Amino acid sequence: MSVLIFAEAEKRTFKKVGFEVASYGRALADQLNVKLIAVAINTDDVHALAKYGVDHIVQIDTVALENFSAHNYAKALAAVAKNQNAKTVVLSSTANARYLAPLLSVALEASYASNVVALPVSLDPFVVKRSCFTNKAFNHTTLSGAINLIGLASNSYGIHEKTSQPEIVSFSVDVEQDLVQTQSIEKVTGKVSIADADIVVSGGRGLKGPENWHLIEDLATTLGAATACSKPVSDMGWRPHSEHVGQTGKPVASNLYIAIGVSGAIQHLAGINASKVKVVINNDPEAPFFKAADYGVVGDAFKVVPELIEKLKAFKAGAH
Amino acid sequence: MNVLVCISNVPDTTSKINFVENDTQFDTNGVQFIINPNDEFGLTRAIWLQQQQQAEVTVLTVGDASCEAILRKCLAIGAQKAIRIDALPTDGFAVAQEIAAHCKNESYDLIITGRESIDYNGGMVGGILAGLLGMGYVTNCIGLTISGDTASLSREIDGGKENLSAALPLVIGAQKGLVEEDDLIIPNMRGIMQARQKPLTVLPSQNLTPKTTISKFEKPQPKGAVKLIAEDQLDQLIELLHSEAKVI
Repeated sequence: MSVLIFAEAEKRTFKKVGFEVASYGRALADQLNVKLIAVAINTDDVHALAKYGVDHIVQIDTVALENFSAHNYAKALAAVAKNQNAKTVVLSSTANARYLAPLLSVALEASYASNVVALPVSLDPFVVKRSCFTNKAFNHTTLSGAINLIGLASNSYGIHEKTSQPEIVSFSVDVEQDLVQTQSIEKVTGKVSIADADIVVSGGRGLKGPENWHLIEDLATTLGAATACSKPVSDMGWRPHSEHVGQTGKPVASNLYIAIGVSGAIQHLAGINASKVKVVINNDPEAPFFKAADYGVVGDAFKVVPELIEKLKAFKAGAH
Repeated sequence: MNVLVCISNVPDTTSKINFVENDTQFDTNGVQFIINPNDEFGLTRAIWLQQQQQAEVTVLTVGDASCEAILRKCLAIGAQKAIRIDALPTDGFAVAQEIAAHCKNESYDLIITGRESIDYNGGMVGGILAGLLGMGYVTNCIGLTISGDTASLSREIDGGKENLSAALPLVIGAQKGLVEEDDLIIPNMRGIMQARQKPLTVLPSQNLTPKTTISKFEKPQPKGAVKLIAEDQLDQLIELLHSEAKVI
């Protein structure tokens, strides 16, 4: 018996969510009193996982898995899960993890719950709390499979260090031709993605037009943040769809979410609800966002944002 | 080309979410149900395939008779046939198994689901269906063109997009971007009248044992009041974000 996690990497380096999933897996393995096994595919420094309490690392290194393939990644994880007699498998909620998870649940005939936000409510029966209704509610889901698969919601558990001395073994997998072939990948370079960002700065209709987006971008650059926008802004073509956050757009689970000129429609608030701290800057004190925010500034964005940028630059340059 | 679009019946995006029966049931009182938005983007793309490439479009839902209203709406939008599998959709795996059982008797070239429903947010039906049927699968799909028996697709990834190719048959998870919001088709009176004459077939459930069950719902804890900072006191905001919230 064991808990198996998939520690995702990009460009041969673990992603932060890999460490969050490892931290969660460690606590879960302690509760179940079993070993924690991590799968690392094409990574250079597997020892990084020793900081998060992993007992055993299964290392897969093959050029055949250089490009992500949901089919072959699911197949590889299923092979390790069977080999290691894993009863619980934990994945993250990245786009790739959410893509391969259903395929893995078929391969393992596993019960699968996505968007899990905490350690299990109960171990026997195995009950997890997960978000639903796009963050407007939670449900308690009982997983009754011989193997249970969990998708951990991003930034829900956090990263917790615990030193271990993992045993490292290599594992080879059969790779088939996926029915779906990657032709090319277009990544925006030099920008933080919404999924990976600790801080997200978002703009709404209150910014009056795409020509004013330098305010959002400058603030984001100052904070090392990703940029996002509300649905009307993407519908009007001011910003690309990939920046639309909300119920039908991207979910945001950052540590800090700053909304500028966003009124706070219920669909927008649902999409950003999983963020830890929310700041709103809006000239309308009646904007619904003020009810959802932790901190608010009632004021003209065109005056407040440039001043905030200057003050943040001074703060960053200061003693902190 | 035979296209199947799987439809989920979900509460309107503006719905207040409440629970009844000791927080074990969603409160449908006063709630308007709609076609799951991700599914509707997929349906619109399917109708374009019908208009431009003579595809036959079938819509399917797994649910009780109350779901037939949205199936009729799909027919009014332009789908030719509708199917309802008479089972309660409580578990994504079981829903996919119900759909797979139907698909095994048909020859769909393309099966479209939404990337996720906006109520359960499972994000699993399309992938499980593809796995059960042994078909290729692309989710978060924001681009699709079909030429002969090959599809060219784009998938939204964290921080960009990936361009893919796949042979049919294929399962995709649709989302906004596959078509735009403005492209969604509002049924006209003629479509609504025609929809009444189109076939809506009810198929029996496979009576599967679900792999997951929901025992209870919870609403998020109520939030404390917002702390307002005067617009000429932005240093105070920075101090609060640094010392109190510890996020910068």
